Amino acid sequence: MTREGNQHDEISYLRVQGRYRGIFAWIFSTDHKRIGLLYLYSIMTFFLVGATLGLLMKLELIAPGKTVMEAQTYNGFFTFHGVIMIFLIIIPGLPATFGNFLLPIMIGAKDVAFPRLNLLSWWIYVFGALLALSSQFMGDGPPDTGWTFYAPYSFKTTTNMLPAVMGAFVLGFSSILTGLNFIVTIHRMRAPGMTWLKMPLFPWTLYGTGWIQLLATPVVGITLLMVAAERILNIGFFDPSMGGDPILYQHLFWIYSHPAVYIMILPAMGAISEIIPTFARKSIFGYRAIVLSTLAIAFVGYFVWGHHMFTSGMSGTALYTFSILTFFVAIPSAIKVFNWVSTMHAGSIHAEPPFYWAASFIFVFMIGGLTGLVLGSLATNVHVHDTQFVVAHFHYVMFGGVGFAFMAAIHYWFPKIYGRMYDKGMAKTGWLIFFIGFNTLYLPMFYLGIRGMPRRYFDYLEEFHGPNIISTIGAVVLIAGLFMILSNLIVSARKGEKASGNPWKGNTLEWKIPSPPPPENFEETPVITRGPYDFN
Amino acid sequence: MHANGHRDDTASKIGMWLFIFTEMLLFAGLFIVYSVYRYRNPVAFHLAAEELSTFFGTLNTVILLISSMTVAMSLTAIRKGDNKHTMLLLGITILLALAFLVNKYFEWGAKIEHGLVPGSETLKELGHGDTLFFGLYFFMTGLHAFHIIIGIIILSVVLHFVRKGRITSDNFVFLENGGLYWHLVDVIWIFLFPLFYLIT
Repeated sequence: MTREGNQHDEISYLRVQGRYRGIFAWIFSTDHKRIGLLYLYSIMTFFLVGATLGLLMKLELIAPGKTVMEAQTYNGFFTFHGVIMIFLIIIPGLPATFGNFLLPIMIGAKDVAFPRLNLLSWWIYVFGALLALSSQFMGDGPPDTGWTFYAPYSFKTTTNMLPAVMGAFVLGFSSILTGLNFIVTIHRMRAPGMTWLKMPLFPWTLYGTGWIQLLATPVVGITLLMVAAERILNIGFFDPSMGGDPILYQHLFWIYSHPAVYIMILPAMGAISEIIPTFARKSIFGYRAIVLSTLAIAFVGYFVWGHHMFTSGMSGTALYTFSILTFFVAIPSAIKVFNWVSTMHAGSIHAEPPFYWAASFIFVFMIGGLTGLVLGSLATNVHVHDTQFVVAHFHYVMFGGVGFAFMAAIHYWFPKIYGRMYDKGMAKTGWLIFFIGFNTLYLPMFYLGIRGMPRRYFDYLEEFHGPNIISTIGAVVLIAGLFMILSNLIVSARKGEKASGNPWKGNTLEWKIPSPPPPENFEETPVITRGPYDFN
Repeated sequence: MHANGHRDDTASKIGMWLFIFTEMLLFAGLFIVYSVYRYRNPVAFHLAAEELSTFFGTLNTVILLISSMTVAMSLTAIRKGDNKHTMLLLGITILLALAFLVNKYFEWGAKIEHGLVPGSETLKELGHGDTLFFGLYFFMTGLHAFHIIIGIIILSVVLHFVRKGRITSDNFVFLENGGLYWHLVDVIWIFLFPLFYLIT
């Protein structure tokens, strides 16, 4: 996967010759920029697999009854789709790719605090990914529990659960090490003069994310180990017939997996907070409010896991508490939205592709967030629990939120990463097709959910047929848009027009160095005297 | 070495403390599970705990406490530039860790002999509380023993580095972090010991 960046006078990180050659110069590189790209390529590869599975499921749902696959295949597909998308893509997504690439540059450092540990994280990621994938090809059929591995089914089912569970455990390790690395980097390696409140917002969100990765992941790690032990040793932790409690599994699982949602969304919000000021040519509105809301989300996010379990069996007090806390966590998210909109207000908006993605991020994230409140309130939750409504909601937040932010980020930092510019017209067309496809795909699912169509069923009643057809058409449109966007980027990475060091007129440190950056990032350590978004 | 190689001992130590924090949380999940099931099966947990050998438990506690002391002393020794004593103290620590595992082996062996092992018929007859108690006992002490083994490996590498002169009186952060890890293993045992052996 090497890329020849030619015609550059100074040697960039893409071309520099280290101890190893060819592909080894990448997979054994401790340069944070190369590691970031390793993650990018791994994630994009897995994303294509996950997206294909999603498309196939949508094709199955184009008509009632069996269309393209058996029920059990469908079970395997939604499990695999979930495992890939959650553990392999959106959890490492922005932090591991753009975080790795940009964190040291944005805080004026040469690398992360532990470069070798950073490389190890990627290797652990690959190992965990292969382990999880191996569940598809060995043993008695692919796992069919859904990505949540709910007990007791996860140790009663005869399918090949063990590699999937252990793969998720290993991937958690990789995530912890990345978080640890980033926290130490931010504490120890900020350039002289970069006080906490002069730090750009993307590193700030990585900081919040790092803490969540560190504090939440071990809990799911041990939970997954317990599931593995159940399968191997028949211990009975979560088995009611042996005195265990399946609800306890759900608690332990969501204690991690709800904060994990903020591992995914916080860096996405950080990227948006970088992009909007640049294209509005205006300092970010309410810098401190965004920082505080980031930390507030990271903190409150720990105490809302119970809202995944409103119908599982909990005391009334617990239900009310989790519900009200869920409403609280919406407040800092809303603060950020107000800040972004206020930043755009009276700004000098330059409608470039990254800005399209960032603006549409706000739109889809709002839909995802507000429908989240429908799920967070107790009465409506019971009505739409485990329906297509839930699926639509979290795709609006995860795919709409994180996915759009990822697209915004790649279009924003692409010229920095490759030193080349993509075709902007094609990028905008691709965005439009993707945006239309996305909404056509998921909006009908809200309706289907309210009408009572359950999630994770490969079949449905005739009355749900119409919206399902629309939804499937949306999926096809979305994939078409995705191909247009990706082919534009892939071709441009090699053949695109050369980009200057600062094509967007950004103000943070990464725009003050050449594109692509030299191996050591900065010729001399920068001294920071102004805030990150002071444009004049 | 890394091209940008620079040394920041404080960063390494912060990193180690953060890692130790995650290890604590790993066990915290198990402590939650233990608390929930103890609360639900007070009588069975009480009776099952009496099956455990307080003698072995106490012996292992003493062993680990002494080993924590020797590893701390090795740090003082390296600070003074006394490589010989550093290696001696690290060696003693490793031997004590091995002694802990030997005790564990006999202790587990006795339990397995009596059929007090997950999935056995004996436990099925004894009922839910005992099943969960011994399930947790084997799982938690097993995970702890696994950490002991990791600790032995780390301390052996430290010992090797001291011998090779890569850990010296002005560059001993690796020894310090290895020692921290060993203290973690000790601290977790300090919680496991009363939960399983003393609270009956």
